Amino acid sequence: MALLEVTDLSIQFGGLKAVDNFNLTIDEHELVGLIGPNGAGKTTVFNMLTGVYLPTEGDIKIDGESIVGKKPYEIVRCGAARTFQNIRLFKDLSVLDNIKIAYHHELNYSTFEGIFRLPRYWKDEKTAHENCLAFLDIFDMGDYASIQAKNLPYGKQRKLEIARALATKPKILMLDEPAAGMNPKETHELMDTIQLIRDKFDIAILLIEHDMHLVMGICERIVVLDYGKIIAKGTPEETRNNPDVIKVYLGE
Amino acid sequence: MNKNTIKSYLVNFLAVIIIFALMKLLMNIGIINRYYQGIIVFILINIILAASLNLATGFLGQLTLGHAGFMAAGAYVSASTAIMIKANFGWLPNIAILLISLIIAGIISAIVGVAIGIPALRLRGDYLAIITLGFGEVIRVIINNIRFTGGAQGLTGIPRISTFDNVFWITVLIVFILYTLTHSRQGRAIVSIREDEVAAEAVGVKTTRFKVMGFAIAASFAGIGGGLYAHYIAFLDPNTFNFMRSVEILVIVVLGGMGSLTGSIIAAIVLTILPEALRSFADYRLLLYSFLLIIMMIFRPAGLLGTSEFSWKSIYDRYKYRKESIIKREKA
Repeated sequence: MALLEVTDLSIQFGGLKAVDNFNLTIDEHELVGLIGPNGAGKTTVFNMLTGVYLPTEGDIKIDGESIVGKKPYEIVRCGAARTFQNIRLFKDLSVLDNIKIAYHHELNYSTFEGIFRLPRYWKDEKTAHENCLAFLDIFDMGDYASIQAKNLPYGKQRKLEIARALATKPKILMLDEPAAGMNPKETHELMDTIQLIRDKFDIAILLIEHDMHLVMGICERIVVLDYGKIIAKGTPEETRNNPDVIKVYLGE
Repeated sequence: MNKNTIKSYLVNFLAVIIIFALMKLLMNIGIINRYYQGIIVFILINIILAASLNLATGFLGQLTLGHAGFMAAGAYVSASTAIMIKANFGWLPNIAILLISLIIAGIISAIVGVAIGIPALRLRGDYLAIITLGFGEVIRVIINNIRFTGGAQGLTGIPRISTFDNVFWITVLIVFILYTLTHSRQGRAIVSIREDEVAAEAVGVKTTRFKVMGFAIAASFAGIGGGLYAHYIAFLDPNTFNFMRSVEILVIVVLGGMGSLTGSIIAAIVLTILPEALRSFADYRLLLYSFLLIIMMIFRPAGLLGTSEFSWKSIYDRYKYRKESIIKREKA
């Protein structure tokens, strides 16, 4: 059974059909790219997958469980985590706290136990602290643990956002234009990070991206969207040579 | 459990005891007279109000302008409960009457907070400020127009059972609860909503639940603050809890630093003493008061302490750091 199963997904804003009959299946441990020119509906698809928009038609299933109509935080619990096109970190908090917030569900003590500092608070907080630090170390960010997130360089901020999404222990990670605004060096670093995630975590990735170099370099399958419709599907090689895709991107 | 944390808890606990003992001593030898004692009690009540508002505004990031409404609800509930208990169970000790009244006041205020919070917290920023302002005024107008609150004539005959001792320890307890709450996993979730609500939701924080929870706790403590006020003054006039009262509390929070409980404490002390100290300037009092606030906002817009907390350790660390850097420089 596929990990993520999207069937006939459509959304209508007034008279505009922003996404029309979108179908997609992602298997475990797969890396799929979603590309398309500006305004093609990529982010709209994303927002439906993560519960921000309610689709007018169609169904989304994660591990066989429908997530349509669920709140974003419930969808996170179902195993889908995301990052944002314009980085959204908890800016005034430390890097470590950013991770700890995503790690919230792993802690079990109640509000009462937390307020009166009962034994379970100390035990849980200690393991959380250690686990989150170890988690940062995977991404080579252990040294930054106590720095405010807003003071990180841009590439590291993106890395932290991805790490934070992974701290929720998702089955599928959705990255919304992770390379937006990055210079070639940072993009390269990002590719390394994605590779690292694939090696260390048992996870599927859905990637929206404009940077062709990145998409062609790492994706196993690519879906091309234009005006809300899928116009091509296939391996990077097939997509690159697809006449429709060339037409959309370069004109006739 | 970390050794340093235990040490810092102990240091703070000792400091609180020393402050209390010092105050008691000064009262006994008469340096702090009844007038000063009254000001100290008002400082403590303002600390409760400001610290609780700080939870909603500073930590949760929801600008509310109706805090006096919750204070009023608590004050009237606590006052009428105490009057009732006094009439029927007069043999109970004062402290028991006070605690029962305050707990009931806290619970009722929390319920009012949830009832207002669920619809109001769907809005953000200015809209939320205006709707809470409206609700705060609604509470005041209701009190003004129903019978058992004494209406516009005010409520009299309230047992005078708040003393410096019990107000002090209740304040300590409330500030302690707010501190530990904001430094737990629930507190992190609350702060994450202030930082970025969309991102908080995207990492699995149940935003609505924590917003309502933060708001209810803030309302509940404001109600307890109101109750202590009622039992100290022993007379309640609905117009004390008008919009300006909410603004005064908000000013304390902003001046102390949104997201800093110790900042709220310091600002509550300063802003309660200031109007009293400026009494000799008569008409220029409010002018000076506002002027000080303007100066403050120009030079320290984030408030006295920003979002950080005052701690002995940070002072010690800074001192150590400075000493080390001097030694280093001398070596070089």
